[in-house]
Amino acid sequence: MTTTVEEASVRSSRDPRSRLYSGLPRWIYLPAVIGGLFVALPLVAMMLRMDWARFGVLIASPSSLAALTLSLQTSFTSMLVCLVLGVPMAMVLAREQFPGQRLVRSLVLLPLVLPPVVGGIALLFTFGRHGLAAPVMNLFGISVAFSTVAVVMAQTFVALPFLVVSLEGTLRSVGQRYELVAATLGARPSTVLRKVTLPLVLPGLASAAVLSFARALGEFGATITFAGSLQGVTRTLPLEIYLQSYTDTDAAIALSLVLMFVAVVVTVVTASISERSLA
Amino acid sequence: MRTRLSVAVTGALISLGLAVAGCSGSATPSQTSTLTIYAAASMQTTFDTLKTTFEAEHPGTTVMLNYAGSQALATQLVEGATADVFVSANDTQMKVVTDAGLNAADPRVFATNQLQIAVPPSNPAAISTFADLTKPEVKLVVCAPAVPCGAATVKVEKATGVTLTPVSEEQAVTSVLSKVQAGEADAGLVYKTDVIAAGDTVTGIEFPESSEAINRNPVVLLKSAPQGELGQAWIDLLFSEQGQQVFADAGFGAAQ
Repeated sequence: MTTTVEEASVRSSRDPRSRLYSGLPRWIYLPAVIGGLFVALPLVAMMLRMDWARFGVLIASPSSLAALTLSLQTSFTSMLVCLVLGVPMAMVLAREQFPGQRLVRSLVLLPLVLPPVVGGIALLFTFGRHGLAAPVMNLFGISVAFSTVAVVMAQTFVALPFLVVSLEGTLRSVGQRYELVAATLGARPSTVLRKVTLPLVLPGLASAAVLSFARALGEFGATITFAGSLQGVTRTLPLEIYLQSYTDTDAAIALSLVLMFVAVVVTVVTASISERSLA
Repeated sequence: MRTRLSVAVTGALISLGLAVAGCSGSATPSQTSTLTIYAAASMQTTFDTLKTTFEAEHPGTTVMLNYAGSQALATQLVEGATADVFVSANDTQMKVVTDAGLNAADPRVFATNQLQIAVPPSNPAAISTFADLTKPEVKLVVCAPAVPCGAATVKVEKATGVTLTPVSEEQAVTSVLSKVQAGEADAGLVYKTDVIAAGDTVTGIEFPESSEAINRNPVVLLKSAPQGELGQAWIDLLFSEQGQQVFADAGFGAAQ
C-alpha cells in the first residue's frame, strides 16, 4: 500500500535486533551506573526498612485510602487542566515569534524554580480571601480556600511548566514541514492543528502529560500552604505521608511506596501506549 | 603510610579527648567549657535570652543549644548522643528519655503552656468564646491530632463535649498561624506563646476551657552529662525569678 520509506525506516530503527551496535564508548557506563544506583539505592533502602507484615494494614487504613483516592482524582484533574492550558501555550511558544518571547518563556518556567511553598503563598495572594482576584471572585461568590479546587490549582501551578517545556521541545524537533504542506494544500489552521500537528506530537504529548501528572501527584508544598490539610478534602497522599512521618514512620514509608508504585505504573503504561502509536 | 597516618590521627584524637576530660574535671570555671543543651524548638526565643544571661554569669562557658523537635532529640539521646540537659516540649518525650534511664534526677516542670484562640486583628467572625468556634460560617484551622497542639485540641474537645469542624488540620503550629495571619482562616487554635511570638499580626483570645489541656515543659539533667554542675546551674536559672520572668513574658505559665 502506501507504506512510505520513512515509516519503514522508523520501524527498523526501533527494532531491537538492528541495535547491536550502540555506538557508546565503554567508559560512559561507569557514571551511568553510578547515577542509576544513586537513584535506586535509597528506594531499596526504604523497601528494606519496611515492615512488610504491616504493609497491608497501613495502606488500607481509611485515612490512607482517602488520601490515595483524593490524590488520584486531583492529579488527573490537574493533568487535564494542564493539557487544556498547556498545549496552546506550548504551541504559541514553539510556533510564534513575538517581542518579549524569551521573557514570557522564562515566566512560564518560573514555577519550576520557585519553591512550592512560595508558590502556595503566591496563590494565596492571588486567589485567597484577600488576594488580588478576591474582588472578582467575591462578585461571583467563589471561594476556593480549603477546598479540593485549591488542591487542583496548586498542582496545576507546579505541573504546568513541565507539560509546556516538554511539549515545546517536541514541537520544535518535529518541525513545521508537514504543517506547511497541509497549509499549501488548503487546510485551515484548525484542520492542520487537528490532523497534522497533534498526531505528530502525540507520543511527546503523552509523555508531557504523564510528567505533569507525576508532578501533580507528588505536589506537597503549594498544596499545604494554599489548600490546607483535611482528610478527604485537601489531604493528598504527600500530605498524609508528611503527617504520618510525625507519628508512624512505617506508615509514611508504606504510603510512599504506594505513591511510587502509582507513578511507575502510569509512566510505563503511557510509554507503551506512545510506543504503540509510533509503530 | 596509611598506618602511620591512622596512628597520628588516633593520637590526636586521644590527646583531644584528654583535653576535653581535663576541662570537665576541673572545678574552676575559668577554663573554657561547653554546656550542651538539647531543647525543644518551642524554647528557642526564651533560651536564647537566657543563654546570654548564663554566659555572663559563668565566664568562659559557652552554652550550646541544640534546638529540634522533642521527639527527634529524645531519639538522638536514646541512640547515644551526649548532652548535659534535656528540655522537652511535653511529658511524652521526657518519658522516652527517663524510661531509657538516661536521667540523673527526676524531671521538673519549669513552664507550662496552654491553647489560645488566634484570630486576625480585625476578628472578622467576631469570635469571643470557645463555643463561637462551632458556628458553621467560621473557618477554623487547628493542628492535626497527631501533633502536640492537635492532641491538646482534642483533649479540650473531649473535656467540654464540644465538637469542632475545622476546615484544615495542619501539621504545625506555624501553619495554623500563617493561615490566620493571611486572613484565610477566621480562627486558629495555637499555644499562647505562639500568639505572643506572632506579635500584632494576630490577636489572642483566652478561653477558660483551655485549662483542660495544659502542656507541661519538663527539664532534666542527664546522667552522662560531661558538665553536670553547669547543667544543674542552667536548670536553677530556669526556676529562678529571672528565668521565670523570661518565660512569663513569652506567654508561658509558671513552674510547677
